[in-house]
Amino acid sequence: MRVMAQVAMVMNLDKCIGCHTCSVTCKQAWTNRQGTEYVWFNNVETLPGQGYPRRWEDQERWKGGWERTRSGRLRLRAGGRLAKLGKLFANPDLPEISDYYQPWTYDYKNLTEAPAGEDLPTARPVSQLTGEPMDTVTWGPNWDDNLGGGPEHAPKDPVVERIRDKVGERIRFEFEQSFMFYLPRLCEHCLNPACVSSCPSGAMYKREEDGIVLVDQDRCRGWRMCVTGCPYKKVYFNHATGKAEKCTFCFPRIEVGMPTVCSETCVGRMRYLGVMLYDADKVAEAASVEDEHDLYPAQLECFLDPHDPQVAAAARAAGLTEEWLDAARRSPVYDLIATYQVALPLHPEYRTMPMVWYVPPLSPVVDAVAATGRDGEDAGNLFGAIDALRIPVEYLAEILTAGDAYPVEAVLRRMAAMRAYMRRINLGEERDEVIAKAVGLTGAEMEDMFRLLAIAKQEDRFVVPSAARADAEELAGSHPLPADGVDAGCPVADAAAGPGSRVLLNLSPARRTS
Amino acid sequence: MDLLLFGVLPYVSVALLVAGTVWRGRYDRFGWTTHSSQLHESRLLRIGSPLFHFGMLFVVLGHVVGLLVPMSWTDAVGLGDHAYHLLAVSTGAVAGAAAAAGVGILLWRRLRVPAVRRSTLRSDHLMYTVLLGAIVLGLTATVLNSTGQNGGYNYREGISPWFRSLFTLSPDYALMQGAPLAFKLHILFGFTLFALIPYSRLVHMLSAPLAYLVRPYVVYRRRDPRLTANRPPKRGWERVS
Repeated sequence: MRVMAQVAMVMNLDKCIGCHTCSVTCKQAWTNRQGTEYVWFNNVETLPGQGYPRRWEDQERWKGGWERTRSGRLRLRAGGRLAKLGKLFANPDLPEISDYYQPWTYDYKNLTEAPAGEDLPTARPVSQLTGEPMDTVTWGPNWDDNLGGGPEHAPKDPVVERIRDKVGERIRFEFEQSFMFYLPRLCEHCLNPACVSSCPSGAMYKREEDGIVLVDQDRCRGWRMCVTGCPYKKVYFNHATGKAEKCTFCFPRIEVGMPTVCSETCVGRMRYLGVMLYDADKVAEAASVEDEHDLYPAQLECFLDPHDPQVAAAARAAGLTEEWLDAARRSPVYDLIATYQVALPLHPEYRTMPMVWYVPPLSPVVDAVAATGRDGEDAGNLFGAIDALRIPVEYLAEILTAGDAYPVEAVLRRMAAMRAYMRRINLGEERDEVIAKAVGLTGAEMEDMFRLLAIAKQEDRFVVPSAARADAEELAGSHPLPADGVDAGCPVADAAAGPGSRVLLNLSPARRTS
Repeated sequence: MDLLLFGVLPYVSVALLVAGTVWRGRYDRFGWTTHSSQLHESRLLRIGSPLFHFGMLFVVLGHVVGLLVPMSWTDAVGLGDHAYHLLAVSTGAVAGAAAAAGVGILLWRRLRVPAVRRSTLRSDHLMYTVLLGAIVLGLTATVLNSTGQNGGYNYREGISPWFRSLFTLSPDYALMQGAPLAFKLHILFGFTLFALIPYSRLVHMLSAPLAYLVRPYVVYRRRDPRLTANRPPKRGWERVS
């Protein structure tokens, strides 16, 4: 057993209201620069829809992620090492700017500087890449937001196409007959990252301490194989600097125990951050299981139970501090993924072992039941609907469990049971253990799960140990206040700290210390 | 004049190459990149870029053979002068034509695709001029030479020994006296191009990622707090003692 720690994220899709606050705050923090105009480390897609870049899930075209060879080994879908070097001069599997969108601004100056005339001056859209006016803006970020243009755009969603071919059923996109939900996406910080494996320069790496995947900007040479390698298309090419850039998981914040910007600013409070311990020796085997449907359970088996004393001992031996172990035990992410098993990975069939997981939305099912005039919160009605409604369940299965509907149904049943169970409590009725038992939980567990999913406070949602806290204090310790206490020049010094004491950094971790 | 151009200039060029590479490696690793513009335009690049790059690889290989292998060696293995030139010109012509066609497509693309044109670096103007000049002059010299317009000049008796004499630090620049003008100009453009390598996007050729063939797929790195804590203070930022 080789214990490694990963800071992971879970998103509860039922609570995503599609407000794009995460995307906007992320962009303000990280990609509001020249060269990254088109780059969104975090974006929110309306599903069904083509996503960003368009049709990113079409791996026949983009060749992202890994595939299993007949001999049972993993191979990069875009080709092995030699093939990669052969494609160095022109990467045939690289999205162009038109696959994202042409970034533009407006000629605002014209509004104030146009000569007086009969017509009202306008601010024409101007491409940020060519500087030339754009006659028509034909695509942009979230062009198909809320199924806008759905009948035209959504049938081109690769998942919709796959379901049509597989189940033979067409998804309707007339607004009142369709279903939709939001999918916020960022880098998955995979356990078996295909981008890192694709980088010819060795500039990309996974951090040993917290599993965050980063690009060393000084070592990147702009070969752009990582953009192809990432099946989620979450590595971007900065066209101004000629270097690859990606979501950093806000590592400067994570290091001091703060949540990522997208998590902190989430209006729906649907993001959870926490530590997952995993057995690094099992990853390669789990990523190369034969049946794609086994990938989700195989990844579950890589995770280690932090409450297990043997795991704790192995973790200490691997150099994990007590702070990290403690965080792993209180990890909301571990609870959602392993304890309650309501979170699922995004596209496990890419075999990268992603570490941003999702609680599938029950709302399409509830809406469908309510539309028939029945009680959308009754456990029996919901269970029946989960069995009967193929389209939303199949769709969720295609994106979360490689097409295996069973685990998705199990999660939805658990969520439906929680809804019905908690409604009785809210209405002052008696607790109905039968509902909880139907999904293999106790009433108390049900209430715990409800608390975590519905009303968890910031300190419950974000349990982030601070990698740098120890470093920072060590650094601060090398600069003690003088004995007379006159030198108060250090801007980060805590005023309460008396003379001769160590300077305390004003890092307020947003977490519970119970 | 020959002393200056063929006795001194090569060393100046190599000195600039080495100094520039050291400077890039120490102070401007962030600028060390291909500056790829494939994001803006892919269709033309996918034709032009492999043509140019693979063509150039063979052109460089041809230059290495032609300049470094003495005539006596090929004579010794029984390869006659005529057969040698037939071989060199035929393979060289294919590679040279590929490189020239490739750079032509890339240049056209750079000038005509608005986003690519706008992302052109300042250093590109000089670099492209010199690169194009070197290629065109090289092809011209080869064509003139193999059609007998140079009065049967054999570069393996003039240029090649001169080039090899550069390595012994006693440049025999007198050997260049009889060389035709096209060859002389080609050499001057070539050495200018060498000097430009570390200061332009050409620098990417110095980081050909061959290590990728042997390294493990997933790279792990540890953030070492001691590295940041014990880093010596930067010049001018030392603590008061």
